[in-house]
Amino acid sequence: MQNTNFSDQFNRESIGSLEKHASDDIQEKIIEALLFGCALISVFTTFGIVFIIFRVTFDFFKEVSLAQFFLDTKWTPLFAQKHFGIWPLINGTFLTTAIAMLVAIPLGLCSAIYLAEYASPKAAAILRPAVELLAGVPTVVYGYFALLFVTPVLRLFLPLEIFNALSAGLMMGIMISPTVGSISLDAIQSVPRSLREGAYAIGVTKLETIIKVVLPAALSGIAASIILGISRAVGETMTVLIAAGQEPRISLNPFQSVETMTAYMAQISGGDSPRGSANYNTLYAVGAVLFLLTLFLNVVSHWISNRYKEKYD
Amino acid sequence: MASSISRNNSQRPSEEFSPNVEQRERVGKIFEIIFLIGLSIGLVVLAVLVFDVLKDGLGRLLTPGFLTGTPSRFADQGGIRPAIFGSILLGGLVMLIAVPIGVGAALYLEEYAPKAWWTDVIEINVSNLAGVPSIVYGLLGLGVFNYLLNFGPALLSGAFTLSLLSLPVIIVTAREAIRAVPDSLRQASYGLGTTKWQTVWNHVLPYAVPGILTGVIISVSRAIGDAASLIVVGAVSFLTFNPGLFQRFMALPIQIYTYITRPEPGFSNAAAASIIVLLLLILVLNGGAIYLRQRFSRFK
Repeated sequence: MQNTNFSDQFNRESIGSLEKHASDDIQEKIIEALLFGCALISVFTTFGIVFIIFRVTFDFFKEVSLAQFFLDTKWTPLFAQKHFGIWPLINGTFLTTAIAMLVAIPLGLCSAIYLAEYASPKAAAILRPAVELLAGVPTVVYGYFALLFVTPVLRLFLPLEIFNALSAGLMMGIMISPTVGSISLDAIQSVPRSLREGAYAIGVTKLETIIKVVLPAALSGIAASIILGISRAVGETMTVLIAAGQEPRISLNPFQSVETMTAYMAQISGGDSPRGSANYNTLYAVGAVLFLLTLFLNVVSHWISNRYKEKYD
Repeated sequence: MASSISRNNSQRPSEEFSPNVEQRERVGKIFEIIFLIGLSIGLVVLAVLVFDVLKDGLGRLLTPGFLTGTPSRFADQGGIRPAIFGSILLGGLVMLIAVPIGVGAALYLEEYAPKAWWTDVIEINVSNLAGVPSIVYGLLGLGVFNYLLNFGPALLSGAFTLSLLSLPVIIVTAREAIRAVPDSLRQASYGLGTTKWQTVWNHVLPYAVPGILTGVIISVSRAIGDAASLIVVGAVSFLTFNPGLFQRFMALPIQIYTYITRPEPGFSNAAAASIIVLLLLILVLNGGAIYLRQRFSRFK
């Protein structure tokens, strides 16, 4: 162990000195600068997003007060009687996201556990990409399926409106399950073998080992995957736009139509509100809320998964 | 604690301890099946989805003129040629724009970047960008390309927006591929007296190509399937000509969305038929990538 570390270090140092010698060239410097420019584009993208969104959001809040935005319970910016209360949109986002996660968490965890603990390497090599196909299907296709297949089937025995939070949430859950699954799988696979062997040694069955030893050890990775899944569901647009409808309301009834933040943004983009009007600027105000919410979730997810990585490295 | 254990032991002879292994193993078997079912549900849904789309769309897809015609007000007439052209153009442009930039950024971060706080900032920034919703990229595209650079709601705005959307995934996967290139390869190259860029270009990159391609395909398929950002940038739902770079544009996902939202019967079949085309396009893209990957992996 010690030895390989030394030689590793030695290799890196020797490469370092060779690099220094090799990069004393103008052409080399230009190339390095170009590549640095490529890396900078990602930083500019972030600045761009923040600048564009918050500049217009600032204009919006000059016309509409923060109190109107955060305390009102009605969202009717396109009506004659204007209300700018964001809560109905947050309600819609919350409801569809909650349904989606009720599907995505069990499905994602089941597939992660099966692939990590039960499937033979050969079966896993086929099943894992097959499950990940789900994430590669365009979301507009899930919207189609939710509206024109899932809703009619569910309506046979549930009092669903044509546009409803349930179908949209169910399909979103299927779509997000590979996200939860693949990150949980990585977390489960990084639990050291010795922990499992220790459990087996005291006469515990495979299932008990998984539930009482492996899953708790992988908990932070699993938590990170769930939070990332929530972030995906919050930002998903086409499925909820097509299948959940465009009726902003405060209600936890999944059989009714709701409007999410993303669906509203798509609606106002396709409409004909003149640029610069308070109506139109809602696009950016809602976008700012969405951006901050998903950013928060991503940072939390990242933070949790970094913590678990340190544990086993 | 210790006293209670010893009391139990003294009260029960050891023969009576029954670990119940059979029953516990049976529960284990049942759960194995539950896990497998959980894994299969998604696949079953996918199979039903594909079947449903084929059933609804195949007839419409095979009507003459569907692939070659322009959209019509009538459900059973017209075609999706402008949308197909739009999607292919968008996909092609995303590859031209996002792949060089993404791979360049990955090369910088892996091969050149010094260990410093600002390289950490770039790294964290890339991983955060990967989680920004597509519709927010739409706002970025609208602000920067439509208004700031004055392209208007043109195909080029859409292409740049989708490129920015694809960049984080390309950077992350390309970095992994570059990191997996063994150091011995670089040492051997330096040993022959090459410059850094010669080593990177002639040895590191070819070796990393299979891995990079995976990321490129994932992100370009996602870009081709993305509708949310294009709606914000201003893709239109009706075009009678093939879109050009500076003209208003359509794309397949937008076409599908428009067809779904039309209430008249028959449009849902047109939507299904367009979905088949979109899925085939993505399938061809992935097939091409797998072929290229296998060709390039002979380098190893």
